Amino acid sequence: MENPSEKVKQGVPLWAQVMIWTGLLGLLVILGIGLVRAQQGTVQRGDRIPGDLMLTLYQEYEYNGQSQVSLGELHGKVVLINFWASWCKPCEQEAAELQQAWEYYQPTGEVVFLGVDYVDTEPDARIYLKKFNITYPNGPDLGTRFAQRFRIKGVPETYIIDRRGVVQYVKVGPFRSVEEIQMVIDRILAQP
Amino acid sequence: MRRGLFPILLLTLLVILLWSPIRSVSAQGGTPTDDEVNRIARQLYCPVCENTPLDVCPTEACRQWRELIRQMLAEGKSEAEIKQYFVEHYGARVLSEPPRQGFNWIVYLAPPLLILSGVILLFRTLRGWVRPSDVDEEEIQELSDDPLVRKLEEDLRKRGS
Repeated sequence: MENPSEKVKQGVPLWAQVMIWTGLLGLLVILGIGLVRAQQGTVQRGDRIPGDLMLTLYQEYEYNGQSQVSLGELHGKVVLINFWASWCKPCEQEAAELQQAWEYYQPTGEVVFLGVDYVDTEPDARIYLKKFNITYPNGPDLGTRFAQRFRIKGVPETYIIDRRGVVQYVKVGPFRSVEEIQMVIDRILAQP
Repeated sequence: MRRGLFPILLLTLLVILLWSPIRSVSAQGGTPTDDEVNRIARQLYCPVCENTPLDVCPTEACRQWRELIRQMLAEGKSEAEIKQYFVEHYGARVLSEPPRQGFNWIVYLAPPLLILSGVILLFRTLRGWVRPSDVDEEEIQELSDDPLVRKLEEDLRKRGS
């Protein structure tokens, strides 16, 4: 006689089980990657910055006669990248200091300053740049590509990259003085 | 000559008087209202805050972005053009609805697929619950043929009556 319990046994087909588990696993992987990314901090000292990042400058600015700067073409120079925004009050605390430091290093040609305007509106950004008489190359972070690559957590944040394209200094928050900026840059310039 | 000048002056004055309100109305109409701005702003999210639609975001940055929307509307930009500008400048994450492309499809496909899988699973499980009573008829028949069971049922009926 056939066992009735075997007769009524109705399971989910194997193909459906495979699909469900694959789907769930996929979602877990995506969630995991998202969590890991969210917990990752900013780029750290020793991280190499790829040269493919390109900054389109505001109309009033240029670098070597060009309206765009790629990090790749700055290899061989010490590069200070400052993330800022016109709506950011702490950014104002360091704006004058950064400009002073730029005026100090610009004649040497060994250091390049780049201002990356993070999620800002152009009219307000122009007012900000004019207010602080900022002359070093500045441009909007279109599509937040720079911010994503540097994994910034807010503004202001400043990254100083050595001649080999390696991050040597990370500053979260505003610089307090010109001397603070100069001390860091001079140390990186002194490296072989 | 003076007689001829008076009607001309009167006519000029009349034209100026009639023209001024029209001009002021058209200028007023050119400034987008808060409702018009917010209609677009609620479709966008603040790029620097966590999950805050632009129309209700209280930060200075959001105020600037709402003003930018107002300015672009005043310039005659369409809703699609404004949204495109925001995507180009701040990334696709500012959109309340991610564009239907690439990896974003997961957002649109995963929920209905999961719900569908759940419905199928529930349907199959419920069918499984109902089945035993249908398929056990043979066994029930066998049991009812048993004299002992028949006597037991008879006794129970007597007690019930």
